Amino acid sequence: MLIDGYLREDGRIGVRNHVLVLPVSYEMNQIAEKIVAGAQGAVTFRNQHGINQAGDDLDQTLRVYEGFATHPNVYGVVILAWGHEPFDLARLVSRARAAGKQAELVSLTQVGGISHAVARGTELANEWLVTRDSVQRVQVPLANILLGTECGGSDACSGISGNPALGVVSDLLVTEGGTSILSETTELIGAEHLLAARAATPEIGEQVIHIVHRLEENAMKMGVDIRGAQPSPGNMDGGITTIEEKSLGCIYKGGTTPIQEVIEYAERPSKHGLVIMDTPGHDIEQITGMVAGGAQVVIFTTGRGTPTGSPIAPCIKVATNSATYLNMEDNLDFNSGPIVDGLQTVEENGNALFETMIAVLNGELTKSELLGHREFGIYRIGKSL
Amino acid sequence: MESNRQWIRQKPVDDVATALKRLQQGTEIQVENGKPPLVLVQDIPFGHKFALRDLPARAQVHKYGQVIGRATQAIRAGEHVHVHNLESLRGRGDLQRGETGVQDSSLLQG
Repeated sequence: MLIDGYLREDGRIGVRNHVLVLPVSYEMNQIAEKIVAGAQGAVTFRNQHGINQAGDDLDQTLRVYEGFATHPNVYGVVILAWGHEPFDLARLVSRARAAGKQAELVSLTQVGGISHAVARGTELANEWLVTRDSVQRVQVPLANILLGTECGGSDACSGISGNPALGVVSDLLVTEGGTSILSETTELIGAEHLLAARAATPEIGEQVIHIVHRLEENAMKMGVDIRGAQPSPGNMDGGITTIEEKSLGCIYKGGTTPIQEVIEYAERPSKHGLVIMDTPGHDIEQITGMVAGGAQVVIFTTGRGTPTGSPIAPCIKVATNSATYLNMEDNLDFNSGPIVDGLQTVEENGNALFETMIAVLNGELTKSELLGHREFGIYRIGKSL
Repeated sequence: MESNRQWIRQKPVDDVATALKRLQQGTEIQVENGKPPLVLVQDIPFGHKFALRDLPARAQVHKYGQVIGRATQAIRAGEHVHVHNLESLRGRGDLQRGETGVQDSSLLQG
């Protein structure tokens, strides 16, 4: 199957053609917003991090920046820095350029202060907003698409309607040679044995068990009851009682194909097919990780109607029940409620969701894009130093 | 997957079913053809679970054909199954400290 996408110089395929203003530390958030205010059509996000990090934590943050700066949905990137961040900003620019992006560093300390940074960033963004239109969509195989799957604000219907329908989409995409990411390690607790049994090799199966047990042990070491966070109070109101129950409903998102790989947070898959990314259950951190890993599109099932989107990837929001869909239609793109209502089979609803995804890949805007939902959050490993 | 519009039982081995609409106390649930129906002993909110059979305290409870936790007290067939009478067995740092988790009703209320 073919879709209309943007063929990038590095061979990857974009489904959006964004000019991104990327604030590499929180000091730059307001400056980034001023630039975007003066460059209508450019996108940015609020960053909470970027400094006072070290070791693996810093590496992970850099991996997210690189994933965004080189992302196939991005045409050009203004890398906006204070100038005292603990990383090699020139290398970030060169990686973005190597991926074929228009990319420039605007460093507050180098350009001579805030007003100069706003002026320079706005000038670059506006220039690229014009030149980006020279890039036209071309027909490319669907096999180039990396889908991020997500469930957030889950209810008991998530495991009955939304997630199984998304599982149908995952299977259809994998059949076409594409890649689907199953993540949210917290929400695999109690279901990891089922996934391990589906791993392409015994080693991959062991990795699945490993990441789940590692996360569970961390919760145990903290001496906390995981309940209250997983499942959340909203999940419980929706009928979910235990983390095991939530997990068993969650894993439907990944469909039925073998697991080809287990990857780290914000890492790019090296295999096609179904892959597992080790992420937290926190929706925004999780979507950020999958998008940094190269996901061009996210499908997000929700029983409670979460508003979340992503700065650079369209996020298709799927209601798991008709009441939530009707109540929050301005925010939701698709309804899996007809499965619960007995009006559609999982297969029928999943096929319709697949068609919705194809339309979005071809350029149709999602509700979260129309509403300007551009949430961003990096999963932190350590504490701020 | 067995389904009708009022409730769903994911797998035949499951101990619980999920209400697909708000079900009132006294509603008859025909679990298996030819057998007497189950009668709900409480109202069941939309999306919540009810027991399909009597479950003793500490029994493992199955949904999706898998264990979703343990009964913290005896549960009667037709009773609401939720955080007041079913607890998770996984990720429980509080159990690590030697607590049962059962008495901590403030956490269970979410």
